[in-house]
Amino acid sequence: MQTVSMNVNGKSVSGEVEDRTLLVEFLRENLRLTGTHVGCDTSQCGACVVHVDGVSVKSCTMLAAQADGSDVTTIEGLASNGDLHPMQQAFKDNHGLQCGFCTPGMVMSALDIVNRNGNNVDEATVRKELEGNICRCTGYHNIVKAVQAGAKNMGA
Amino acid sequence: MYNFSYQKVSSIADAVEAMQKAEDGKFVAGGQTMLPTMKHRLASPSDIIDLGGIDELSGINVDGDTVTIGAMTNHAAVAASSDVQSAIPALAKLAGNIGDPAVRNRGTIGGSIANNDPAADYPAAVIALGATVNTNKRQIAGDEFFTGMFETALEEDEVITSVSFSKADAAAYMKFENPASRYAIVGVFVVKSGDGVKVGVTGATPCAHRGMRLEEALNGNFSADAVDGVEIPVEKMNADIHASAEYRAHLVKVMTKRAVEACS
Repeated sequence: MQTVSMNVNGKSVSGEVEDRTLLVEFLRENLRLTGTHVGCDTSQCGACVVHVDGVSVKSCTMLAAQADGSDVTTIEGLASNGDLHPMQQAFKDNHGLQCGFCTPGMVMSALDIVNRNGNNVDEATVRKELEGNICRCTGYHNIVKAVQAGAKNMGA
Repeated sequence: MYNFSYQKVSSIADAVEAMQKAEDGKFVAGGQTMLPTMKHRLASPSDIIDLGGIDELSGINVDGDTVTIGAMTNHAAVAASSDVQSAIPALAKLAGNIGDPAVRNRGTIGGSIANNDPAADYPAAVIALGATVNTNKRQIAGDEFFTGMFETALEEDEVITSVSFSKADAAAYMKFENPASRYAIVGVFVVKSGDGVKVGVTGATPCAHRGMRLEEALNGNFSADAVDGVEIPVEKMNADIHASAEYRAHLVKVMTKRAVEACS
């Protein structure tokens, strides 16, 4: 067993986990932060994307023990005082989701895209950089619009 | 995934000691291939020794014409490095097209070449740029490092510390990628320097290799046309659900032509 401690969404947490426990399992099962989803479990689909020390990672492909001592942000860490984060709001405004399963990962990847490419990121860049996130409903078009709108609103 | 014993080490000496004590140990770098492989139960090591805590294994250093990349440097860092972009732009571009952004934030150059997946990108660059693989025990020439499918010259308790690349007059990498995984169905890295032309081919065969026939043709005439007359041995090509051997042999030439055009 391993004792892991990390800062998740601004709160210090710790727990006992098996050595093989994945970060996503720790988040969902120990911390009950079930906004982070497991889709494919093979690092293809991106439903499990969270930020570790400020950058996007697939939490199904990282051990909880590897995240020991890190700062982790999940989808639950974005809204403040009941107000959606501008990126979450943009997904709502632009109909950037249908079933919603991929959305937490999409939003977390979108924020990583903005962090690296700025508030005026172009459509081609968004499409290329979302290649690690799969959506089976929307056809991506409204997701791309949402990411660009969210990026702009984050700078406003 | 079967259970295992996980240990994070903070020095190379501790990593080696942990490996020697383990029954069936494995080093893990970024884990982007290793963890999926273990989930599929294609590997079930008794011990996982995490190199992520060894600070000296990360970072990029330029000294004259040599770019040295620490083994634990992730793909995103190589892609974003202004040093790599200006010294060997083709290498930065290669790193920026591995997998997807989240994978690039974890996956490392050391992990990629130690794993030696037949469809990985970095081996083509290590071979074509005549890189040197530096370990805790020795230096290994790039084109002697990859010995077979998922096999390398590394010993069990040998740790890659860094990879040193020399600048080239011109270099380009072109890959035909699997649209789902972004792995190379075929990838070709072409380098032109004072020593002549070197070609590294990945994805096509069980292990990345030098394209000797292509080099011979390109040394005589560095142009896309020179590739037309080269015969690629179909019987040596990989064949799977993604591409037949004939298709891969064809792609080797197409990717080589595109890389040559991008060089000039």
